[in-house]
Formats: sequence, C-alpha cells, structure tokens
Amino acid sequence: MNYKKLFGALACVALVGCGGGRDGSDRAVIQNKGSDTLVNVAQAWAETYQEVNPNVAVAVSGGGSGTGFAALINGTVDIANASRSIKDSEVEQARAQGHEPVEFIVGYDALAIFLHPSNPMSEVSVEQLADIYGENGTTETWTQLGVEVPGCRGQEIVRVSRQNNSGTFAYFREAILGTGDYKLGSRDMHGSKDVVDLVENTPCAIGYSGLAYANEHVKMPCVNSGGACVSPSSDTAIDGSYPIARPLFMYTSGQPTGATKEYMDWILSDEGQCIIQAKGYAPVRAVTCSAPAGSE
Amino acid sequence: MPGRAGAGAAEYDRRNLAWYVDRLVQVVVFLGGISAIVMIIGIFVFITREGLSFVFGTLDLGEFFFSPRWAPTSESNPTYGALALIAGTASVTGTAMLVAIPFSLGAAIYIAEFATGKTRETLKVLVEMLAAIPSVVWGFIGLSIMNALIIQLFDVPVGLNVLNAGIILGLMAAPIMTTIAEDALKAVPDDYRAAAEAMGATRWQVIFKVVLPAARNGLVSAVLLGVGRGFGETMAVLMASGHSVNLPGSVFDSVRALTATIAAELGETAVGSDHYGALFTLGILLFIVTFVINLTADLVVRGIKKR
Repeated sequence: MNYKKLFGALACVALVGCGGGRDGSDRAVIQNKGSDTLVNVAQAWAETYQEVNPNVAVAVSGGGSGTGFAALINGTVDIANASRSIKDSEVEQARAQGHEPVEFIVGYDALAIFLHPSNPMSEVSVEQLADIYGENGTTETWTQLGVEVPGCRGQEIVRVSRQNNSGTFAYFREAILGTGDYKLGSRDMHGSKDVVDLVENTPCAIGYSGLAYANEHVKMPCVNSGGACVSPSSDTAIDGSYPIARPLFMYTSGQPTGATKEYMDWILSDEGQCIIQAKGYAPVRAVTCSAPAGSE
Repeated sequence: MPGRAGAGAAEYDRRNLAWYVDRLVQVVVFLGGISAIVMIIGIFVFITREGLSFVFGTLDLGEFFFSPRWAPTSESNPTYGALALIAGTASVTGTAMLVAIPFSLGAAIYIAEFATGKTRETLKVLVEMLAAIPSVVWGFIGLSIMNALIIQLFDVPVGLNVLNAGIILGLMAAPIMTTIAEDALKAVPDDYRAAAEAMGATRWQVIFKVVLPAARNGLVSAVLLGVGRGFGETMAVLMASGHSVNLPGSVFDSVRALTATIAAELGETAVGSDHYGALFTLGILLFIVTFVINLTADLVVRGIKKR
C-alpha cells in the first residue's frame, strides 16, 4: 500500500511538473484518491482517458476509502473513490467545509471468501461467517464446521481481516455482522493483496477481499445465504445473487462540472464500464465489450 | 588586506571578513546545537495539542489502560482500550531483549576484550553496517522467511507472532546495544585489568569479576537504549507481529504494537475525530515511555562518569 501511495505522490509531482510547465495552461489535472479496492481500476481509467482526452490528466492515488473522504472533506481532491458509502458524520464534516458530496455508483465488487487450497470446504454460509468473525460467534476451530484441514495444527481458524478503516472491513461487517462487531484477535492486514498472500501461506486461514485480488493459489468457496450456494463472479454480482457484493462509489464535491463532469460521464459510458469489467469487477449495467478492453 | 596593515591598530580593527565569518559560524553552530531541543519540544507540543482534548474530553482512562478492546471504528460501540496494544509492545520488546542481550553482550565482550587488530576493526564495521539495514527489510524477512520457518519448526497455525517480531526486533536492536556496551567495556581503565591479572586472576575471572561489574552502568544503559529502540520500532513489528488485537498467552500468539496501530490507522482517519485523538493519545503514551527510558539510560551513563 505504501508503494501505491508513493506512486501516487510521484505521479502528482510528475503531473504538477508537466501541468505547470511549458505546454500551455489548458491542461486540467483531476485529483483522484481513495479506496485501495478501486485503485487499480482508477489507474486504468486514468491511463485510457489520456488517449481519449489528452488535455486532461488524472492523478490517482490509493490509501483507503477513509483517506479519500478525508481528502474530499479537506478539499484536496476532485473525486474520492470509495468501497463504502459515505457516513453521515463525513457528510456533515464536508458540509462544514463547504463541500456537498455527490455520489456515483461506478461498479460492483463481489467480496470473495479465501481459503488455503488444502482446505476441503467448498461451501460456506453467511451464518457460519458471522459465527467465525462476529464478536459473539463461537466457531473457533475447523472441526466445529465439520471439516479437517490438513497441515493445520489444532484445527484453529486463523481469521484474516483488514485494518479497521478500510471500506472492505466496513462493508464485510455490514453484510455479515449487521450492526455487530468483529471478534478481536483477527490478523488485520494492510491491503487486499496482503490478505490473499497470508491465506495462501497459512493452511488454517480464512480471509475476505475483493474478487479482483484472487489468484490460483487460494480457494474461493461459494457463499450460501439461505437459498442456493453462489460462487463469486462479476455475473453473480450484477444480478444480485451473490450475497456479499457491494457497490463501488466515486464522490465529487458538488455536481461535477467541466473536465470532472466529462471524466465521470466517460467512466459511466460503455467504454469506461468495459475497463472496470476487464479488471475483474462488475459494471453498473450489462455492457457488451468488443475486445477484452483494458487488457492491452 | 588593508585592515591588517598597521600592527598597532590591530587591537581596534578586528571586524574584517574573518570576524564576520567567525560570528556567522558561531550563530549557525548555536542554532544547530539548540535545534534538537526546539524540535523535541515542538514534537511534544504537537502531539499533545492533537491528543489532549481527546484525553480530557472523551477518553475514559480506566478503559484506555485496562480494556483490551481496541475497536475505534465500531458503529455500535466504539471502544479505545489500549491494554492489548501495550501488552503487544511489551511482549515483543521483552522477547527482543531475551534475544538481543546475550548476542550483544557476547559480541561486545569479544570485540572489547579478545579481538585485536584487523579482526576487531572488521567486526566493528560489520556491526555498524548491521545497524544500517532498513527496518522494512527486516520486516520483509519476518513476513516471508521467518513466517514459514516458524510454522514448520514449531508446528503452529501462523508464524506472524510475538516470537517472529521479537527475534527480528532483537536482531535490529543488537548492533546499537553492542556498540554502546563495547564503549562501556573500553571505558574501564586498564589498571583494573592489570591489577586483577597481577593477583593471579584468569582472563575470564578478570572479565566477569572485574570488568563487567565496573562497566555495569554502561551495560544497563545499553540495554535500556535497546528497549527504547524496541518500543519505537514500527515497520518491522507491523509486518512480523501479525497485527492482531490480542492479549498474548504465549510467544506463538499474534499481537499488535502501539506503533504499528498508529502507522496502520492514522492515514485513514478524519482529522479531529475521536479515533484521530485516540491515536495521538497512543503517541503521547509512546513518547512518554521512550522519553523516560532514554532519560534513565542517560542518567545511568552520567552515573559512571561522576564516579
């Protein structure tokens, strides 16, 4: 994550360097910051948009949904990316600073449950997840779930979670635990990729993160919320059948105008939506993409 | 130079270029000298200003020191209990000292008392180089190498725990402790050794009965500075400890350190919120603890010089 922040900072420096430099004054810079879940997509949008409109540069950095909102409140960004909706308290803070946050849903993300490949579980229910992660849950071992994980000493469930300011952390809590809290003692990783890395190396582990971070070294069970067991995919996220899929947001300060408005319109166009689909997320509506867009 | 022409006027004519340069250097050196004091006061004022309104307003001190529940972003029941974080930092630092003290004392005794000539110089340089390895590199070793190693060797569910962070931190603290302990041993006058040897003491008797007791204060301050280093270290501990709010029952439990909590959470906290204040309160706590440790170490060192 630090790498992404650093990259963002460098990108800003580079862009300011160019923008304030010699090639005239009509080159607009859009500052875009927030969710680590969205940072890869935001980066891809920014890069492709360079070709669509060379007069606009988009500087993207990550740091988490909270960071994006904080920047929106402080007025240092034009667009804040978020993987959770804005809190009332944040809206109030923004209004106090003279900013009126306007919400755009730019895609959907299925939160996959990750298991070590040697874990025999292929199906997990929302109740089981609540009992594993929730403060009042009693499930501490894999044996309680009726499975035996080879290579896992004591069959203890190693819960992998996210740091408590991430949008992923907040959404998973809302979807699985409702108003409840997490059980303490989870390993709180600083980034989606770290979650997958730890689960990959730990037979006892269970973790959650955006589907886009999945790789071939981890296993993703289907999730059951009462009806059929649904596997995470962008299709099941669009049609709403996957129970832990969340909208992804971009927030602007007031109704966007000028370059920011054009950029937001382009993101919601078929071209922009094909890019988010190519990155492993679900678009806001079914789009037909000619080639595997964004994968050049 | 015309100013220097008359030897008789030299007494009254000193304001030449050299005089101005001299004054300028004096001012620069003075500013440099007090800069450390200015900065430390500035830092203290900053963290207390950010944290203090929270400490006296919202914070329940009993909860802060005695509750292990650190859940600052809970929707229903935000709690700011730092007990688990304090226990995490303390357990990791304690384990680190168990690793670092034998290593650094052994190295210091060898370098100061046994090694000579080239071996000694080479060792000193290598120890100092060890101190220059960036902490993120240590953290990376903890995350990628030690994690798998601990899982295999001890057959435990997860290798990111007190033991991992303690070993990493011990190896990080050892070089600075070695350097200070070696200085302390070197400061023991050779007369002491000569006198002991004249009484028929063996080499080991000289070291254990004479040199180590004489250098006791310096060695204690070396250990205290190591403890201070352990308390303040962030990145390596964040990566190797497992970052889990947990009261450790054994060295194989994951924990979370005070420093790591600040590092992981501060970037995403809205300025001025309770969570922000709580993180600065942790900062005040850390500042006070490391300040007291370093001050004690300093006073102990001064103790030697007075004697």
